Amino acid sequence: MERIVLPEIENLHDINVYLANNGFEAARKAFKLSTDDIIDQVKKSGLRGRGGAAFSTGLKWSFMPKTTDKPKYLCINGDESEPGSFKDRQIFEYNPFQLIEGIIIACYAIGAKTAYIYIRGEYHRWVKLMQKAVETAYEKGFAGEKMKETFGIDFFCDIHVHKGAGAYICGEESSQMNSIEGLRGYPRVKPPFPAQRGLWGCPTTINNVETITNVPPIILKGWEWFSKIGAQRHPGTILFGISGHVNRPGVYEVNSGTLLTELIYDYAGGVPGQKKIKCVIPGGSSMPPLRGDQLEGVRMDAESLKEAGSAIGTGGIMVMDEDTNLLDVLLRISKFYHHESCGQCTPCREGTGWLEKTLKRIKNGQGTSQDLDLLIDVANNIEGNTICALGDAAAWPVKFMITRFRDEFEKYVNNEVSLPVANKVHSMRNSEVPLAAVKK
Amino acid sequence: MSFKFTEENLKRIEQSRKKYPTALAAVMDTVYIAQEQNGYISTEVMAEIADVLGIDKVNVLSVVTFYTMYHTKLMGKYHVQVCTNVSCMLRGGYEIWEQVKNKFGLDNMQTSADGKFSVEEVECMGACGFAPMIAVNEDFYENLTKEKVEEILDSLK
Ligand SMILES: Cc1cc2nc3c(=O)[nH]c(=O)nc-3n(C[C@H](O)[C@H](O)[C@H](O)COP(=O)(O)O)c2cc1C
Ligand code: SF4
Ligand code: FES
Repeated sequence: MERIVLPEIENLHDINVYLANNGFEAARKAFKLSTDDIIDQVKKSGLRGRGGAAFSTGLKWSFMPKTTDKPKYLCINGDESEPGSFKDRQIFEYNPFQLIEGIIIACYAIGAKTAYIYIRGEYHRWVKLMQKAVETAYEKGFAGEKMKETFGIDFFCDIHVHKGAGAYICGEESSQMNSIEGLRGYPRVKPPFPAQRGLWGCPTTINNVETITNVPPIILKGWEWFSKIGAQRHPGTILFGISGHVNRPGVYEVNSGTLLTELIYDYAGGVPGQKKIKCVIPGGSSMPPLRGDQLEGVRMDAESLKEAGSAIGTGGIMVMDEDTNLLDVLLRISKFYHHESCGQCTPCREGTGWLEKTLKRIKNGQGTSQDLDLLIDVANNIEGNTICALGDAAAWPVKFMITRFRDEFEKYVNNEVSLPVANKVHSMRNSEVPLAAVKK
Repeated sequence: MSFKFTEENLKRIEQSRKKYPTALAAVMDTVYIAQEQNGYISTEVMAEIADVLGIDKVNVLSVVTFYTMYHTKLMGKYHVQVCTNVSCMLRGGYEIWEQVKNKFGLDNMQTSADGKFSVEEVECMGACGFAPMIAVNEDFYENLTKEKVEEILDSLK
């Protein structure tokens, strides 16, 4: 399997190594094309956003107005605060120049003169690494005015790193724009969308770090090549971060459409102690959890996961073994969303509080079966009734966790917390016959 | 007690200012710089930030109180942060949080009497695949065990 975003090249974070491996050749190629042509190629490649919504990148770029007297901006989302996600930091550390090359190509394509890379504040080390890479790019003429000379074109763009300061909500695109402007990270009501009114009221495109890092190879090797990798409807490779109960947690770059079980058992080495899997959250903490018996055959691309009853999100796969207390997990998730709600909308501000409080009551042994229905009810009342998608992110885990593991939660409300492993775990892997053999 | 930025820091603020079309946008960088110099953000510090950037004090206050990494009281010389979110929790995050609290006899967001240590339970730090983790000031320590945590804490002088 070819790795596109994190190629296996030693010291690729060194600009000389990057240059020796076709570095900035894609930009050279791109700057000879018309902007429409680039956007068209990115569209045809099938590249979809890696920040959660899996929206077509080329299509998003095409929303930027062609004629405007206002400056245009590009915003690179490296807030990476969704529990279970830890992939973008690998790009900052191991392949920062491919990100920078993607940025200058994107800026050229949408006509932006300035790009901001928004990195979460806790990533002090990666902020510094990225800042250094940007400085190097300036020195070597791959960013700023010197680009004109380097590439022999009448275009240049500036790149700045903006450091966040601890707020999950700033990953939401309009909140991030407020944050860059020096305001509180409150999401804005949409429409207007960023392409009409983004940073400082000007047309803005926002893309995830990994999304943009895919752009140079697409330009260099052609959209046909990219469109044939992995799942057709969601092509390319994806960085999957696997955490929780696996033997080799970490970030794995594999083709989209790879089997979830392959990622867990082959790449991440399976579950410690040969235990069975009770639950997997396949795309970061806000995505609907899957039961152990729902995993077989699930492929990791947006459409397949939707069919399986979840979503790809940020590709953060959290694995929980048979001994996991799902009430604890759900309570922890709900505590997080309550803490991170910015408080602008009543359903989210009050609802997330209710979810946490009710789950805590169950945890304290004072819950009833009706509380489970109440939780689902509260979740349904948040979903779709808020300014931004944090509301949904808080509602989904509660709604789906309780629905899909109702029998387990019923035991928690009955105070029988130690429960036998029901037959809903993923049990195939402990059988004597390896699964592959069973299938053939 | 009035607060004044050092010459060096004024230069850094000027640099940050150049990244943006408005002075207000430089406020986040400036608060960081102030926190680095003063340890925490007091009313005097906020006034100076507003003054240096030529923005309203309310704007500084609004940012300082929104983002969790800005502190309005002095934290320890070593600010120990423990992630207890799901991926860390599954691998012992809460045990480590208890261990850290007990070690210093401190509760969440408390600072030791000698000003050396403070502890904080934090949300996901983006280290889920290397869980459990703690951070001491700006540095991440990952793939921890109780023994390793003990060693790290003992090394803080
Ligand atoms: C609460 C919330 C948090 C988000 N956090 C992130 C994040 O940390 N990183 C990210 O790239 N996108 C995040 N998103 C999605 C962004 O709003 C946006 O869709 C994305 O950055 C667009 O980039 P893409 O099209 O390349 O995926 C978040 C969305 C919501 C609602
Ligand atoms: S849904 Fe929640 S986080 Fe989003 S704007 Fe409303 S209150 Fe804020
Ligand atoms: S859950 Fe602890 S770093 Fe992500």
